[in-house]
Amino acid sequence: MGCCQPIDKVTAIVEQYKGEKGALIPVLHAVQKELGYLPKDALETIAAGLNIPASEVYGTTTFYTLFSTKEKAENIIRVCESGPCHVSGYQKVLEAIKEELNIEVGEATEDKKFYLEMTACLGVCAEAPAIMINDKTYVNLTPEKVKALLASF
Amino acid sequence: MNYIETDGVKIVLRNFGKIDPLKVEEYVARGGYESLKKALTAMTPEAVIEEVKASGLRGRGGAGFPTGLKWSFTKKDADQKYIVCNADEGEPGTAKDRLIMTGDPHGLIEGMAIAGYAIGATKGFIYCRGEYTTSINTLNHAINQARENGFLGENLFGTDFTFNLEVRSGAGAYVCGEETALIESIEGHRGMPRFKPPFPGGAGLWGKPTVVNNVETLANVPVILDKGADWYKSIGTEKSAGTKIFILCGNLRNTGALELPFGMTVREVMETYGGGLLTGRDLQMVHLGGAASGIMPPALIDTPLTYEDLQAVGQGLGSGVILAIDDQKDFMSYICSNTHFFEHESCGKCTPCREGTARINEILHRIAAGDGTLEDLDNLKDLGEMMQISALCGLGQAAPTPVLTSLEHFMDKYVEAVSGKKNEVNEEAVATEAIHKSYYEAAPIKLD
Repeated sequence: MGCCQPIDKVTAIVEQYKGEKGALIPVLHAVQKELGYLPKDALETIAAGLNIPASEVYGTTTFYTLFSTKEKAENIIRVCESGPCHVSGYQKVLEAIKEELNIEVGEATEDKKFYLEMTACLGVCAEAPAIMINDKTYVNLTPEKVKALLASF
Repeated sequence: MNYIETDGVKIVLRNFGKIDPLKVEEYVARGGYESLKKALTAMTPEAVIEEVKASGLRGRGGAGFPTGLKWSFTKKDADQKYIVCNADEGEPGTAKDRLIMTGDPHGLIEGMAIAGYAIGATKGFIYCRGEYTTSINTLNHAINQARENGFLGENLFGTDFTFNLEVRSGAGAYVCGEETALIESIEGHRGMPRFKPPFPGGAGLWGKPTVVNNVETLANVPVILDKGADWYKSIGTEKSAGTKIFILCGNLRNTGALELPFGMTVREVMETYGGGLLTGRDLQMVHLGGAASGIMPPALIDTPLTYEDLQAVGQGLGSGVILAIDDQKDFMSYICSNTHFFEHESCGKCTPCREGTARINEILHRIAAGDGTLEDLDNLKDLGEMMQISALCGLGQAAPTPVLTSLEHFMDKYVEAVSGKKNEVNEEAVATEAIHKSYYEAAPIKLD
């Protein structure tokens, strides 16, 4: 696109969706993909560009768990804690991740390489326990397997 | 996702594993888009609705509402109508719509086009959960192929019917599986359910008449038109026609998804296809139908998997999850993980659900911490029953179901947890709650 400032990228994305009905959520997805998260100035640019009150943009953004208004890390780890993963032992997988990366849930590693959070069902329940790292899902995990997986990043 | 092969008839998974889902020609070679052609060139919209009505097809998302009837309730005169596919598969334990979308996307697209024709909608949306990146990519690819081959777009099969389709990605909110919350989300708002009436069939997406159907429901439609309502009705039972995808998960030897005609018992499915429990383990309970469905005690597992038989014993089919939990798993910690889920996913719009899910979760965690009383059990029941009758949407009405059904069938475990063993802490449940607490603290709230 030839632009170099992050906010220019946001403006370009907004332009692309302008006039489309229900554009806000697709725009939020696209901007987050570009910037990694949704900072305040990006939300303000989106609000002005789509002609939606900033309060509404903020309200919508923070309603959904996949959107983040703070910078997390290069890789986001989401550990499923729903029923099937619960009875298949996600707790041990979670402990292994915490131990390996030396972080708690809701924290990033010092080098900002990994951020750890919990999630509800990922829809691969016959192969529990499961986690997502960025947009990929990993299944049938054990503490050993998850440590090897993290080492591959 | 594991897929378990069966000998019986397949409807929604008829092409699963048999075609390359990314090649429309392979779908067409197996009779694909013939039903759409038949509907457009040889049937009136009313005739399509009548056929689906006669088939006995019921919604596969969990509520089980008759599909043909839902279509017939769509307001007739409107300048624009919409058909929306609910692909926000968020019910914990459910992994069926993902199979259809990634394994046979054209089956869903064809079902949507037929539904669009039946109700008079020229535009459709597939609202797919944001976590399902593969499904979204596969669907977008398939939609482009369908358009290039004349199965979507203008003047389909030389008729004056036009139909376009768009995929919208969710962003992580269980409540968006509720149809009016889903509509709000497509419109770009927070996914909060609307008051009904008006129902979507009268005023839905952008105020226009809208039908919202689940992925599995729509994927049945091409086969119903192809083979006829009588054929379809001959499968399953009288009140539960056709097949259902079940998901076997939890503490079984084999786990996976499989398509079966309605009517086998829970035990038969767990033993025949799930291989039973590990040696030396006993069944503690089955969480049947998803997180919002009932907890089934071992005494009820000879119940057939049909809408009517399950309802008769106070249980529900839900989305088809069969989550087996053996006697090695801690009861209270499982229930606590379930109530935590609903507290987190309640959207907060109506008081019965916002407060009900929070208080139920609070009481259960108090019990797990060794501070429960018998009065707590009465309060759980009162709260749950209050939510069933007064919550705004299906989420709040169904959220207390696991607690209420487990109180009914496992009262001894609750009584044991609150009496005689004062101050005995359930370590597992407390550990789970510690994870939950850090989760809340991690939630992004403030800008700057």
